[in-house]
Amino acid sequence: MSRAEARASSATAVRAALALLAVLPAIALAHDERGQAAGILAGLAHPVSGFDHVLAMIAVGLWGAVLGAPAIWVLPVAFPLVMAFGGLMGLLGVPLPGVEFGIAASAIVLGAMVLAELRPPLWVAAALVAFFAIFHGHAHGRELPAGASALLYSLGFVIATGLLHGVGILLGFAHRWSAGRLAVRIAGGGVALAGLFFLWRALA
Amino acid sequence: MKGRTNVRVGVAAALLGAAAPARAHLVETGFGGFYDGVAHVLLTPADLLVVLALALLAGQRGARAARWTLLAFPAAWFAGAAFGAFVPGDGALPVLTTLTFGVTGALVALNARLPPGAVAALSVAVGLVHGYVNGATMAPGGAGALEVTGAVTAVFCLYTVVAAYVTTVRVAWGRIAVRVAGSWVSAAGILMLGWLARGSV
Repeated sequence: MSRAEARASSATAVRAALALLAVLPAIALAHDERGQAAGILAGLAHPVSGFDHVLAMIAVGLWGAVLGAPAIWVLPVAFPLVMAFGGLMGLLGVPLPGVEFGIAASAIVLGAMVLAELRPPLWVAAALVAFFAIFHGHAHGRELPAGASALLYSLGFVIATGLLHGVGILLGFAHRWSAGRLAVRIAGGGVALAGLFFLWRALA
Repeated sequence: MKGRTNVRVGVAAALLGAAAPARAHLVETGFGGFYDGVAHVLLTPADLLVVLALALLAGQRGARAARWTLLAFPAAWFAGAAFGAFVPGDGALPVLTTLTFGVTGALVALNARLPPGAVAALSVAVGLVHGYVNGATMAPGGAGALEVTGAVTAVFCLYTVVAAYVTTVRVAWGRIAVRVAGSWVSAAGILMLGWLARGSV
Protein backbone atom coordinates (compact mmCIF):
# COMPACT_ATOMS: atom_id res chain seq x y z
CA MET A 1 0.00 0.00 0.00
CA SER A 2 1.36 3.38 -0.98
CA ARG A 3 1.59 6.24 1.51
CA ALA A 4 -1.36 8.05 -0.15
CA GLU A 5 -3.51 4.89 -0.07
CA ALA A 6 -2.72 4.33 3.61
CA ARG A 7 -3.69 7.91 4.42
CA ALA A 8 -6.98 7.56 2.49
CA SER A 9 -7.73 4.27 4.25
CA SER A 10 -7.17 5.70 7.72
CA ALA A 11 -9.28 8.77 6.84
CA THR A 12 -12.11 6.44 5.82
CA ALA A 13 -11.74 4.54 9.07
CA VAL A 14 -11.91 7.78 11.08
CA ARG A 15 -15.01 8.93 9.16
CA ALA A 16 -16.69 5.57 9.72
CA ALA A 17 -15.86 5.70 13.40
CA LEU A 18 -17.28 9.23 13.75
CA ALA A 19 -20.45 8.24 11.90
CA LEU A 20 -20.92 5.25 14.16
CA LEU A 21 -20.23 7.35 17.27
CA ALA A 22 -23.14 9.53 16.30
CA VAL A 23 -25.50 6.58 16.39
CA LEU A 24 -23.97 4.86 19.41
CA PRO A 25 -26.84 4.11 21.78
CA ALA A 26 -26.52 5.45 25.27
CA ILE A 27 -26.36 2.93 28.06
CA ALA A 28 -29.93 1.92 28.87
CA LEU A 29 -30.45 2.35 32.59
CA ALA A 30 -33.39 0.08 33.20
CA HIS A 31 -35.56 1.41 36.00
CA ASP A 32 -39.10 0.88 37.20
CA GLU A 33 -39.89 4.57 37.39
CA ARG A 34 -40.34 6.40 34.12
CA GLY A 35 -42.60 8.99 32.53
CA GLN A 36 -43.16 10.67 35.88
CA ALA A 37 -43.23 14.29 34.73
CA ALA A 38 -45.39 13.41 31.73
CA GLY A 39 -47.71 11.42 33.98
CA ILE A 40 -48.36 14.05 36.64
CA LEU A 41 -48.71 16.87 34.11
CA ALA A 42 -51.08 14.91 31.87
CA GLY A 43 -53.09 13.86 34.93
CA LEU A 44 -53.39 17.42 36.20
CA ALA A 45 -54.34 18.74 32.77
CA HIS A 46 -56.88 16.08 31.85
CA PRO A 47 -59.81 17.08 34.12
CA VAL A 48 -59.61 20.72 33.03
CA SER A 49 -59.56 19.75 29.35
CA GLY A 50 -63.22 18.70 29.43
CA PHE A 51 -65.72 21.48 30.14
CA ASP A 52 -68.38 19.00 31.25
CA HIS A 53 -66.09 17.60 33.94
CA VAL A 54 -64.99 21.07 35.07
CA LEU A 55 -68.54 22.37 35.51
CA ALA A 56 -69.80 19.28 37.30
CA MET A 57 -66.86 19.32 39.73
CA ILE A 58 -67.32 22.99 40.50
CA ALA A 59 -71.04 22.32 41.00
CA VAL A 60 -70.17 19.64 43.58
CA GLY A 61 -68.15 22.22 45.50
CA LEU A 62 -70.86 24.88 45.16
CA TRP A 63 -73.53 22.50 46.40
CA GLY A 64 -71.31 21.48 49.30
CA ALA A 65 -70.94 25.14 50.26
CA VAL A 66 -74.70 25.69 49.96
CA LEU A 67 -75.40 22.62 52.12
CA GLY A 68 -72.83 23.64 54.74
CA ALA A 69 -71.16 21.32 57.26
CA PRO A 70 -70.83 18.36 57.23
CA ALA A 71 -71.68 18.04 53.51
CA ILE A 72 -69.05 20.62 52.58
CA TRP A 73 -66.34 18.11 53.47
CA VAL A 74 -68.18 14.80 53.02
CA LEU A 75 -68.70 15.40 49.31
CA PRO A 76 -65.05 16.24 48.43
CA VAL A 77 -63.82 13.26 50.50
CA ALA A 78 -66.32 10.81 49.00
CA PHE A 79 -66.24 11.98 45.39
CA PRO A 80 -62.60 11.06 44.50
CA LEU A 81 -62.98 7.59 46.00
CA VAL A 82 -66.19 6.80 44.14
CA MET A 83 -64.87 8.41 40.96
CA ALA A 84 -61.83 6.13 41.21
CA PHE A 85 -64.16 3.12 41.43
CA GLY A 86 -65.79 4.35 38.23
CA GLY A 87 -62.34 4.59 36.65
CA LEU A 88 -61.51 1.10 37.91
CA MET A 89 -64.69 -0.22 36.27
CA GLY A 90 -63.65 1.40 33.00
CA LEU A 91 -60.14 0.01 33.21
CA LEU A 92 -61.44 -3.48 33.94
CA GLY A 93 -63.73 -3.23 30.92
CA VAL A 94 -66.97 -3.24 32.93
CA PRO A 95 -69.48 -1.58 30.60
CA LEU A 96 -71.48 1.40 31.84
CA PRO A 97 -74.30 2.40 29.49
CA GLY A 98 -75.02 6.05 28.81
CA VAL A 99 -71.80 7.52 30.21
CA GLU A 100 -72.19 10.77 28.25
CA PHE A 101 -75.82 11.09 29.38
CA GLY A 102 -74.75 10.49 32.96
CA ILE A 103 -72.16 13.25 32.76
CA ALA A 104 -74.65 15.66 31.19
CA ALA A 105 -77.24 14.71 33.82
CA SER A 106 -74.70 15.39 36.57
CA ALA A 107 -74.32 18.98 35.44
CA ILE A 108 -78.11 19.42 35.09
CA VAL A 109 -79.00 17.90 38.45
CA LEU A 110 -76.14 19.37 40.51
CA GLY A 111 -76.62 22.79 38.90
CA ALA A 112 -80.36 22.61 39.61
CA MET A 113 -79.66 21.69 43.25
CA VAL A 114 -77.53 24.81 43.63
CA LEU A 115 -80.05 26.97 41.77
CA ALA A 116 -82.96 25.77 43.91
CA GLU A 117 -80.82 25.62 47.09
CA LEU A 118 -82.19 22.16 47.79
CA ARG A 119 -80.97 20.63 51.04
CA PRO A 120 -81.77 16.91 51.09
CA PRO A 121 -80.49 14.67 53.92
CA LEU A 122 -76.73 14.15 53.85
CA TRP A 123 -76.96 10.52 52.75
CA VAL A 124 -79.16 11.49 49.78
CA ALA A 125 -76.71 14.23 48.71
CA ALA A 126 -73.72 11.89 49.12
CA ALA A 127 -75.46 9.09 47.20
CA LEU A 128 -76.42 11.45 44.37
CA VAL A 129 -72.89 12.84 44.04
CA ALA A 130 -71.41 9.33 44.27
CA PHE A 131 -73.75 8.10 41.55
CA PHE A 132 -72.55 10.79 39.15
CA ALA A 133 -68.92 10.31 40.22
CA ILE A 134 -69.02 6.80 38.74
CA PHE A 135 -69.82 8.22 35.29
CA HIS A 136 -67.07 10.83 35.49
CA GLY A 137 -64.52 8.24 36.59
CA HIS A 138 -65.58 5.75 33.95
CA ALA A 139 -65.29 8.34 31.17
CA HIS A 140 -62.20 10.25 32.23
CA GLY A 141 -60.04 8.07 34.40
CA ARG A 142 -58.71 5.70 31.78
CA GLU A 143 -56.99 7.81 29.18
CA LEU A 144 -53.31 7.29 29.96
CA PRO A 145 -50.94 8.99 27.48
CA ALA A 146 -48.28 6.67 26.06
CA GLY A 147 -45.12 6.49 28.16
CA ALA A 148 -46.59 8.31 31.14
CA SER A 149 -46.42 6.98 34.69
CA ALA A 150 -49.86 5.50 35.42
CA LEU A 151 -49.63 6.17 39.14
CA LEU A 152 -48.68 9.82 38.80
CA TYR A 153 -51.22 10.31 36.03
CA SER A 154 -53.92 8.94 38.35
CA LEU A 155 -52.71 11.08 41.23
CA GLY A 156 -52.66 14.19 39.05
CA PHE A 157 -56.14 13.43 37.77
CA VAL A 158 -57.52 13.02 41.29
CA ILE A 159 -55.74 16.12 42.62
CA ALA A 160 -57.00 18.31 39.74
CA THR A 161 -60.54 17.06 40.32
CA GLY A 162 -60.24 17.78 44.03
CA LEU A 163 -58.93 21.27 43.32
CA LEU A 164 -61.94 21.91 41.09
CA HIS A 165 -64.13 21.00 44.07
CA GLY A 166 -62.07 23.48 46.06
CA VAL A 167 -62.79 26.20 43.50
CA GLY A 168 -66.51 25.45 43.81
CA ILE A 169 -66.32 25.56 47.62
CA LEU A 170 -64.44 28.87 47.59
CA LEU A 171 -66.96 30.39 45.17
CA GLY A 172 -69.72 28.95 47.34
CA PHE A 173 -68.50 30.92 50.36
CA ALA A 174 -70.08 33.94 48.67
CA HIS A 175 -73.40 32.30 49.61
CA ARG A 176 -73.10 33.93 53.06
CA TRP A 177 -73.95 37.34 51.64
CA SER A 178 -77.23 38.19 49.95
CA ALA A 179 -75.63 39.36 46.66
CA GLY A 180 -73.27 36.39 46.74
CA ARG A 181 -76.17 34.07 47.39
CA LEU A 182 -77.84 35.26 44.21
CA ALA A 183 -74.56 34.90 42.28
CA VAL A 184 -74.11 31.32 43.51
CA ARG A 185 -77.66 30.45 42.49
CA ILE A 186 -77.10 31.99 39.06
CA ALA A 187 -73.87 29.99 38.73
CA GLY A 188 -75.85 26.85 39.54
CA GLY A 189 -78.37 27.76 36.87
CA GLY A 190 -75.53 28.29 34.39
CA VAL A 191 -74.14 24.83 35.15
CA ALA A 192 -77.60 23.30 34.66
CA LEU A 193 -78.00 25.09 31.31
CA ALA A 194 -74.58 23.89 30.21
CA GLY A 195 -75.66 20.39 31.22
CA LEU A 196 -78.66 20.69 28.91
CA PHE A 197 -76.27 21.63 26.12
CA PHE A 198 -74.10 18.60 26.89
CA LEU A 199 -77.22 16.43 26.83
CA TRP A 200 -78.29 17.83 23.47
CA ARG A 201 -74.79 17.18 22.13
CA ALA A 202 -74.85 13.61 23.45
CA LEU A 203 -78.21 13.00 21.77
CA ALA A 204 -77.11 14.54 18.46
CA MET B 1 -1.95 -5.27 4.16
CA LYS B 2 -5.06 -3.57 2.85
CA GLY B 3 -7.16 -6.55 4.00
CA ARG B 4 -5.78 -6.28 7.50
CA THR B 5 -6.68 -2.56 7.64
CA ASN B 6 -10.23 -3.32 6.52
CA VAL B 7 -10.53 -5.95 9.24
CA ARG B 8 -9.34 -3.41 11.83
CA VAL B 9 -11.85 -0.85 10.58
CA GLY B 10 -14.58 -3.48 10.64
CA VAL B 11 -13.77 -4.53 14.20
CA ALA B 12 -13.66 -0.88 15.34
CA ALA B 13 -16.99 -0.21 13.68
CA ALA B 14 -18.58 -3.27 15.26
CA LEU B 15 -17.29 -2.25 18.71
CA LEU B 16 -18.61 1.28 18.32
CA GLY B 17 -21.99 0.16 17.05
CA ALA B 18 -22.53 -2.44 19.74
CA ALA B 19 -25.18 -1.46 22.26
CA ALA B 20 -23.95 -1.38 25.82
CA PRO B 21 -25.83 -3.74 28.13
CA ALA B 22 -28.96 -2.51 29.86
CA ARG B 23 -28.69 -2.80 33.62
CA ALA B 24 -30.93 -1.97 36.53
CA HIS B 25 -29.62 1.15 38.18
CA LEU B 26 -30.22 3.44 41.07
CA VAL B 27 -30.70 7.15 40.65
CA GLU B 28 -27.21 8.60 40.80
CA THR B 29 -27.08 11.87 42.71
CA GLY B 30 -23.32 12.20 42.46
CA PHE B 31 -23.11 12.54 46.25
CA GLY B 32 -22.55 8.88 47.00
CA GLY B 33 -24.55 5.82 47.95
CA PHE B 34 -26.34 7.29 50.97
CA TYR B 35 -27.91 10.08 48.93
CA ASP B 36 -28.64 7.68 46.07
CA GLY B 37 -30.76 5.75 48.59
CA VAL B 38 -32.48 8.96 49.73
CA ALA B 39 -33.21 9.90 46.11
CA HIS B 40 -34.55 6.42 45.39
CA VAL B 41 -37.34 6.86 47.94
CA LEU B 42 -38.05 10.46 46.98
CA LEU B 43 -38.36 9.53 43.29
CA THR B 44 -40.47 6.40 43.78
CA PRO B 45 -44.11 7.54 43.93
CA ALA B 46 -45.44 4.36 45.56
CA ASP B 47 -42.92 4.73 48.41
CA LEU B 48 -43.65 8.41 48.83
CA LEU B 49 -47.40 7.86 48.89
CA VAL B 50 -47.27 5.09 51.46
CA VAL B 51 -45.03 7.13 53.78
CA LEU B 52 -47.35 10.11 53.37
CA ALA B 53 -50.50 8.02 53.95
CA LEU B 54 -49.07 6.30 57.01
CA ALA B 55 -47.86 9.60 58.47
CA LEU B 56 -51.32 11.09 57.92
CA LEU B 57 -52.95 8.09 59.59
CA ALA B 58 -50.58 8.07 62.57
CA GLY B 59 -50.87 11.84 63.01
CA GLN B 60 -54.64 11.65 62.69
CA ARG B 61 -54.78 9.02 65.45
CA GLY B 62 -52.79 11.16 67.83
CA ALA B 63 -49.35 11.53 69.38
CA ARG B 64 -49.34 8.06 70.94
CA ALA B 65 -49.93 6.28 67.63
CA ALA B 66 -47.37 8.53 65.93
CA ARG B 67 -44.77 7.75 68.61
CA TRP B 68 -45.32 3.98 68.42
CA THR B 69 -44.87 4.10 64.68
CA LEU B 70 -41.89 6.44 64.71
CA LEU B 71 -39.32 3.67 65.10
CA ALA B 72 -41.41 0.62 64.17
CA PHE B 73 -41.99 1.82 60.61
CA PRO B 74 -38.39 2.61 59.57
CA ALA B 75 -37.12 -0.48 61.43
CA ALA B 76 -39.55 -2.69 59.52
CA TRP B 77 -38.53 -0.95 56.28
CA PHE B 78 -34.87 -1.69 57.03
CA ALA B 79 -35.58 -5.33 57.92
CA GLY B 80 -37.61 -5.75 54.73
CA ALA B 81 -34.84 -4.17 52.64
CA ALA B 82 -32.21 -6.44 54.17
CA PHE B 83 -34.35 -9.49 53.43
CA GLY B 84 -35.09 -8.26 49.89
CA ALA B 85 -31.40 -7.72 49.17
CA PHE B 86 -30.61 -11.34 49.99
CA VAL B 87 -33.82 -12.94 48.65
CA PRO B 88 -34.85 -10.72 45.72
CA GLY B 89 -37.67 -12.97 44.48
CA ASP B 90 -40.00 -11.29 41.98
CA GLY B 91 -38.85 -7.80 42.94
CA ALA B 92 -41.37 -5.03 42.38
CA LEU B 93 -44.70 -6.54 43.67
CA PRO B 94 -46.72 -3.62 42.22
CA VAL B 95 -50.15 -4.87 43.31
CA LEU B 96 -49.04 -5.27 46.90
CA THR B 97 -47.29 -1.88 47.05
CA THR B 98 -50.39 -0.25 45.52
CA LEU B 99 -52.70 -1.94 48.01
CA THR B 100 -50.61 -0.69 50.92
CA PHE B 101 -51.04 3.00 50.16
CA GLY B 102 -54.56 2.54 48.77
CA VAL B 103 -55.81 0.92 51.98
CA THR B 104 -53.88 3.27 54.27
CA GLY B 105 -55.25 6.29 52.39
CA ALA B 106 -58.79 4.91 52.69
CA LEU B 107 -58.34 4.53 56.47
CA VAL B 108 -57.34 8.21 56.61
CA ALA B 109 -60.30 9.28 54.45
CA LEU B 110 -62.71 7.28 56.62
CA ASN B 111 -61.10 8.67 59.79
CA ALA B 112 -60.93 5.05 61.01
CA ARG B 113 -60.53 5.00 64.77
CA LEU B 114 -57.69 2.50 64.99
CA PRO B 115 -55.89 2.01 68.32
CA PRO B 116 -52.18 2.95 68.40
CA GLY B 117 -51.20 -0.74 68.41
CA ALA B 118 -53.11 -1.36 65.19
CA VAL B 119 -51.48 1.66 63.52
CA ALA B 120 -48.05 0.39 64.59
CA ALA B 121 -48.86 -3.12 63.33
CA LEU B 122 -50.00 -1.69 60.01
CA SER B 123 -46.80 0.35 59.78
CA VAL B 124 -44.70 -2.77 60.35
CA ALA B 125 -46.55 -4.66 57.59
CA VAL B 126 -46.28 -1.71 55.20
CA GLY B 127 -42.61 -1.16 56.07
CA LEU B 128 -41.76 -4.80 55.50
CA VAL B 129 -43.45 -4.85 52.08
CA HIS B 130 -41.95 -1.61 50.76
CA GLY B 131 -38.59 -2.29 52.36
CA TYR B 132 -38.51 -5.69 50.75
CA VAL B 133 -39.25 -4.18 47.33
CA ASN B 134 -36.57 -1.53 47.91
CA GLY B 135 -33.98 -4.17 48.80
CA ALA B 136 -34.97 -6.50 45.97
CA THR B 137 -34.82 -3.78 43.32
CA MET B 138 -31.85 -1.80 44.65
CA ALA B 139 -29.45 -4.65 45.36
CA PRO B 140 -29.19 -5.87 41.73
CA GLY B 141 -28.24 -2.29 40.78
CA GLY B 142 -25.23 -2.48 43.05
CA ALA B 143 -26.81 -0.91 46.13
CA GLY B 144 -25.47 -1.94 49.51
CA ALA B 145 -25.95 -1.07 53.17
CA LEU B 146 -25.22 2.61 52.58
CA GLU B 147 -27.97 3.00 49.96
CA VAL B 148 -30.47 1.12 52.11
CA THR B 149 -29.56 3.28 55.10
CA GLY B 150 -30.16 6.37 52.95
CA ALA B 151 -33.56 5.07 51.88
CA VAL B 152 -34.60 4.27 55.46
CA THR B 153 -33.37 7.67 56.66
CA ALA B 154 -35.50 9.37 54.00
CA VAL B 155 -38.51 7.33 55.13
CA PHE B 156 -37.86 8.22 58.79
CA CYS B 157 -37.45 11.95 58.13
CA LEU B 158 -40.45 12.24 55.84
CA TYR B 159 -42.66 10.24 58.18
CA THR B 160 -41.55 12.20 61.25
CA VAL B 161 -42.12 15.64 59.73
CA VAL B 162 -45.57 14.86 58.31
CA ALA B 163 -46.84 12.84 61.29
CA ALA B 164 -45.60 15.44 63.79
CA TYR B 165 -47.30 18.22 61.86
CA VAL B 166 -50.60 16.36 61.49
CA THR B 167 -50.58 15.54 65.21
CA THR B 168 -50.64 19.27 65.97
CA VAL B 169 -53.52 20.08 63.60
CA ARG B 170 -56.56 20.98 65.69
CA VAL B 171 -58.67 23.24 63.47
CA ALA B 172 -61.63 21.58 61.78
CA TRP B 173 -60.65 22.47 58.23
CA GLY B 174 -57.16 21.11 58.86
CA ARG B 175 -58.55 17.73 59.96
CA ILE B 176 -60.73 17.75 56.84
CA ALA B 177 -57.72 18.53 54.65
CA VAL B 178 -55.99 15.47 56.10
CA ARG B 179 -58.98 13.30 55.21
CA VAL B 180 -59.16 14.78 51.72
CA ALA B 181 -55.45 14.01 51.21
CA GLY B 182 -56.09 10.42 52.32
CA SER B 183 -58.99 10.23 49.90
CA TRP B 184 -56.76 11.40 47.02
CA VAL B 185 -54.05 8.88 47.86
CA SER B 186 -56.57 6.07 48.08
CA ALA B 187 -58.30 7.10 44.83
CA ALA B 188 -54.93 7.09 43.03
CA GLY B 189 -54.36 3.59 44.41
CA ILE B 190 -57.74 2.36 43.17
CA LEU B 191 -57.05 3.71 39.68
CA MET B 192 -53.55 2.23 39.75
CA LEU B 193 -55.00 -1.21 40.50
CA GLY B 194 -57.05 -0.81 37.34
CA TRP B 195 -53.97 0.06 35.28
CA LEU B 196 -52.17 -2.97 36.71
CA ALA B 197 -55.13 -5.24 35.94
CA ARG B 198 -55.21 -3.93 32.39
CA GLY B 199 -51.46 -4.47 32.02
CA SER B 200 -50.82 -0.88 30.96
CA VAL B 201 -47.86 -0.46 33.32
